[in-house]
Amino acid sequence: MKKIIILLYLALALAAPAPAQTLSADQILDRIDENAVAGNRISVTEMIIHSRRAIRTLKLKSWVQGEDKAFTEFLEPARERGTKMLKLGDQLWTYSPDADRMISVSGHLLRQSVMGSDLSYEDMLEDRKLRQAYEATVVGEETIIDRPCWVLELKAKAEEVAYYSRKIWVDRERFVLLREVRFAKSGRQLKTLEVKSVIRVQDRWVQNDVVFKDALKAGAGTEFIIRSIEFEAAIPEFLFTKASLRKEPAP
Amino acid sequence: MIKFLFKGILRDKSRSLFPFLIVTAGVFLTVAMYCYIKGAEASFIRSNANLLSGHVRVMTEAYAKEADQIPNDLALTDLPSLIQDLQAGFPGFIWTPRIRFGGLLDVPDENGETRSQGPAAGMAVRLLSPQTPEIELLDLKKALVRGRLPERPKEVLISDEFARKLGLNPGERATLISSTMFGSMSLANFVVAGTVRFGVSAMDRTAMIADLGDIQDALDMKDAAGEVLGFSMDSVYRQREVDGMAAIFNARRVDARDDLSPFMMTLREQPGMALMIGRLSYATAAIVGVFLFVMSLVLWNAGLLGSLRRFGEIGVRLAIGESKGHLYRSMIYESLLIGALGTLAGTGLGLALSYYLQVKGIDISSMVRNAAMMIPTVLHSQVTPFAYLIGLIPGLLATLLGTLISGRGIYKRQTAQLFKELET
Repeated sequence: MKKIIILLYLALALAAPAPAQTLSADQILDRIDENAVAGNRISVTEMIIHSRRAIRTLKLKSWVQGEDKAFTEFLEPARERGTKMLKLGDQLWTYSPDADRMISVSGHLLRQSVMGSDLSYEDMLEDRKLRQAYEATVVGEETIIDRPCWVLELKAKAEEVAYYSRKIWVDRERFVLLREVRFAKSGRQLKTLEVKSVIRVQDRWVQNDVVFKDALKAGAGTEFIIRSIEFEAAIPEFLFTKASLRKEPAP
Repeated sequence: MIKFLFKGILRDKSRSLFPFLIVTAGVFLTVAMYCYIKGAEASFIRSNANLLSGHVRVMTEAYAKEADQIPNDLALTDLPSLIQDLQAGFPGFIWTPRIRFGGLLDVPDENGETRSQGPAAGMAVRLLSPQTPEIELLDLKKALVRGRLPERPKEVLISDEFARKLGLNPGERATLISSTMFGSMSLANFVVAGTVRFGVSAMDRTAMIADLGDIQDALDMKDAAGEVLGFSMDSVYRQREVDGMAAIFNARRVDARDDLSPFMMTLREQPGMALMIGRLSYATAAIVGVFLFVMSLVLWNAGLLGSLRRFGEIGVRLAIGESKGHLYRSMIYESLLIGALGTLAGTGLGLALSYYLQVKGIDISSMVRNAAMMIPTVLHSQVTPFAYLIGLIPGLLATLLGTLISGRGIYKRQTAQLFKELET
């Protein structure tokens, strides 16, 4: 679940950036990981899915605690209202109020898209820090949305990661990813991420408008727009239990 | 003369019984084999039409390209209006919408946790609508193994093998985990009304049959369906007729570049079907042809042997003054009589067996256990009008030909040499 949070709001380190030439690729990854990890967060996000036939807008509220715990409830549209997801470590459950069933999302279900978006459950579960999972190399510098960026190529250290390699564009001052391309081991492009805007919230830089695109899917991708976000908010521990999935309404 | 020869055949069994039995056996095998192969071909086409593709299938072109992946996001929309158009344009056909869907069937325990789970290959059809053709098309009453057919919304049928694997009994609840037309995960509860066995391995492993309306709700497919199947009223597949229909329908498309507009395909145009039907037809023709040829050779040989065996008799008849032409003609009449009797008997026996197999069929399930195609596990014979005539080729013609050739020897016999020949 941490990666979805990365997609939605990567925080920037409070410290002033060091000059480019003094940071190695691993140090850049460390800074990104540091920024991504916050204590508690509560956010309301709009997910606009540009599929081949229609544009659907979903609204969801997320409660996140560290890297391992996350609870999400869909607020809109009416059909999806009350659908909830709980992530505890590497396990994920989803609850449907219509069927009143709680299903563990595992195996091939992990490859399914979340609500028809370009994001898969596997993407949601990915919580390893970039530094832990990838070997990085700085391959250049480019400007993205008028921001100077480092371009890094990442190669997986272990087989079990969802994407074998990635190419990322990192804001040199804010340590926020502004663009990302994810690849399979074969070299085939699987997903892309384009950040449209970044905002500052409680001394952090947050990606508040991101387009995530599954390269194997028709359509124009899924746009995530953060409508509100609060860091270090109080979240009751009960929320991160399976019992809370059936509880109505969510806090 | 014919009466005389007929009496001779009946009274002298040594010269008629063996050829008669050979002709009967050959014709019997030819007729039975022909009917069985025709039946297998018809069963294959019927199975595929009823369970999978109809005689014609209307889908979006985009859906058709990826049909094996069941892309319901590319399904037909505005279904009522489409069906109305089809009914008005092609009134000689029955039009029925279907949704194919994949997913997991999850059986909960008393706490709502997963007790068992398995992948389901689902089909949603109009089960609850009055006068639905689907009960008959899918032969659901006959396929029912346990329980009953669905009578209320949210009731489904699942294959008996699948139900036993999941430990699921009629009356119990299961949750379908699937994807909506827009790609969201969908969870919907159903009650198993009964279990079915279609006799088609590909379906009997994981089939789930639900009402169209229920699946439209579950998969967020209001007024949408993956496909609309068309069946001729008399259930006979006529390639020329459906080719014409598809050409008319596809020419009417508003925008041929829009691959989400409805598009009609014939059964033969379905992926792999042209090849299968073509191969099946060639195989049928080849098997029947080779079999006919072999049987003709056997019976021709029997005709030759019969004439050669009667070398002495022919000599005596020539010696006592019977003309060669009369003798030759009498042998031909004789062979025609034996051929006709054998053909009648063989055709009768062959048809009797074929009619029996038309009802009972032969179970080939052990041979198609892992087949992914719609191959029926019980193959039935099919008696066609031609089956009444096919026995004439080996039975009558081959016997006649054998006698015509061997009988030429009569004209080579020299009267002066006859007694010498008879002494040896």
